[in-house]
Amino acid sequence: MLHMICCVKQVPDPETPASQFKVDEATKKVLPVPGIQPVPDEYAILGVEAALRIRDAVGEAKITILTLGPEAARDAVKHALAMGADEGVQLTDAAFENGDSFATARALAAAIKKLEPFDLVLCGRQAPDWDVGVTPSIVADILSLPCITRASNVKVSDGTLQVERVLSDGFETVEASLPAVVTVSNELGEPRYPQLKQIMAAAKKQVSVWSAGDLGVDSSQLGAAGSLLSLDRLYVPVQDVKCEFIEGETPEESAEKLAAKLREEKLI
Amino acid sequence: MANESGVLVFGEVEEGALASISSEMLGAARRLADQLGQPVQAALLGQGVESLAQGLIAAGADKVYVVDDPALAEYQSDAFLPAAEKVCREANPSIVLLGQTDVGRDLAPRLAFRLETAVAMDCLDLAVSDGRLVMTRACYGGNANAQHTCKTMPQMATVRVKSQEPLAPDSSRQGEVVKIAAGVDASAVRTKITDRRKEEAEGIRLEDAEVIVGGGRGMGSVEAFQTLEELAGLMKGAVGATRAACDMGWYPIPKQIGLTGKVVSPTLYIAVAISGASQHMAGLSGTKNIIAVNKDPEANIFRYCRYGIVGDWKTVIPPFLNKVRELKSG
Ligand SMILES: Cc1cc2nc3c(=O)[nH]c(=O)nc-3n(C[C@H](O)[C@H](O)[C@H](O)COP(=O)(O)OP(=O)(O)OC[C@H]3O[C@@H](n4cnc5c(N)ncnc54)[C@H](O)[C@@H]3O)c2cc1C
Ligand SMILES: Nc1ncnc2c1ncn2[C@@H]1O[C@H](COP(=O)(O)O)[C@@H](O)[C@H]1O
Repeated sequence: MLHMICCVKQVPDPETPASQFKVDEATKKVLPVPGIQPVPDEYAILGVEAALRIRDAVGEAKITILTLGPEAARDAVKHALAMGADEGVQLTDAAFENGDSFATARALAAAIKKLEPFDLVLCGRQAPDWDVGVTPSIVADILSLPCITRASNVKVSDGTLQVERVLSDGFETVEASLPAVVTVSNELGEPRYPQLKQIMAAAKKQVSVWSAGDLGVDSSQLGAAGSLLSLDRLYVPVQDVKCEFIEGETPEESAEKLAAKLREEKLI
Repeated sequence: MANESGVLVFGEVEEGALASISSEMLGAARRLADQLGQPVQAALLGQGVESLAQGLIAAGADKVYVVDDPALAEYQSDAFLPAAEKVCREANPSIVLLGQTDVGRDLAPRLAFRLETAVAMDCLDLAVSDGRLVMTRACYGGNANAQHTCKTMPQMATVRVKSQEPLAPDSSRQGEVVKIAAGVDASAVRTKITDRRKEEAEGIRLEDAEVIVGGGRGMGSVEAFQTLEELAGLMKGAVGATRAACDMGWYPIPKQIGLTGKVVSPTLYIAVAISGASQHMAGLSGTKNIIAVNKDPEANIFRYCRYGIVGDWKTVIPPFLNKVRELKSG
């Protein structure tokens, strides 16, 4: 049976209004905003959606959700389970904390190895916290698998993977054999949203919690200790533009004033 | 490896010519290399690309490594990766730069891993401090900036399109061209491209447009974008869209502006019914004159604007369009 592993990360809500977004420069961390809960990475959730569509198409498949993060990251796994995935694995250990993409990839790759046999690893194109898009490629290289990035459509038939990729000027279709790693982009379409019944059912699904010891990876290779990229500063850039609102008795008047103003400044 | 020296730029080819990101990176590389007292190296991977090496020298490179091979005719990471790794080992640079492009996004993470180093993606600013490369990039959808250094060598970054100043091309500049065999083992290429389709609409490219009219979710329909096209047409500009509008199918995906779309830097950007989410604004970082029409006076877009009109685009844009037409013909 086809076994797909989806890597899902819990992130601060990317829809947090810019006016409420704050960082603590001393600890180089993003401050939680009261009333705004962290959410599962939307691209990774599309990876789960892609897996579910493949299962719908082939009839039978197992889908495992994998996350690395603190206790609270369990919610991301639960969400994916409620969408229809089968089981979850959560990597939680102080040793994993504050890792860069490389350290995180090492841990995820070790967990994926432990979940063998598998056919396909699905990830998001980039997690909307650091916005990097590095982890899945490294996971693939550690596991010596091909990596196909930015998918808008993922199909599996007769053991062959067919992926449509989003490029800056169009699309391309790429084929590869399994197993492989694929990262998914928003062009895949809307993910399904779990219904109450599924949320209840997900509560009964198993989520295993693994520590660094369970992965057999030396903690010097993980988290902050295993990171190659150091974060030296985190800050909110200042916006120094002041907007001049153009007003008029009617919308037409404001519109004409604006056009005249732009003409004056030779912008049109 | 030890004694790393040089700033190595991976040049990019587009439609048989050097893509502008190549000279942008070389401009940055020249600046960094001069501070470090190191040379600027460039790499060019592809098929039939050797003739473009001189262009990289004119744009600031001292030495160009060319890997010209049929296996590199189309970008595939399994083919490009060993060739890129070979160039890096041969050049032994202290800094490696790739573009934040289709190629760089896909190649840089794996190349870094092969070279046992890290990469900072999508950098906006590169500087040298105490002999180390300080890489500044946006994160959290553009809400924050992060500064990184790399603990290992080479120090690697991908560079955001239009974030760096190219040098004025100088065709009298001298440089060395070194050819390297690709050494791609065909059986190591595990992917196969079976189809490619371009979705480039006719007209002025977003990347080249001096004026861009952007439409968002508040446009409400495909038809509404025709009004924007009419407006853009009057100003010899192009139309772009937010992800929300592209996701709705109102405008082609290659026209999406932002973090996960195109990076543009027109002289004038007219944002119509766009909220101004940081991820959208990330695609406009170099744009000086942003104006917006939005019915919500609190919309984030106004924080970036020189001029704004609070109102329904349906009542504002048509008279604006007429006035522009009148001014243009007058
Ligand atoms: C990781 C990540 C990457 C992303 N990448 C991108 C990207 O590359 N590009 C991008 O654009 N987005 C991107 N997004 C999405 C981004 O966060 C926003 O959701 C999106 O930009 C919102 O688009 P919008 O402004 O069209 O829609 P909305 O936020 O819904 O705003 C619509 C606006 O229209 C106004 N409006 C409605 N009706 C009218 C009317 N009749 N007249 C005038 N105004 C009206 C409303 O007041 C509102 O301000 C990304 C998000 C994430 C998480
Ligand atoms: N901590 C994590 N736990 C699970 N998956 C992750 C984690 N970090 C990254 N990923 C996966 O890798 C993708 C890209 O992340 P990144 O490289 O951090 O931008 C995400 O969309 C996830 O699918």
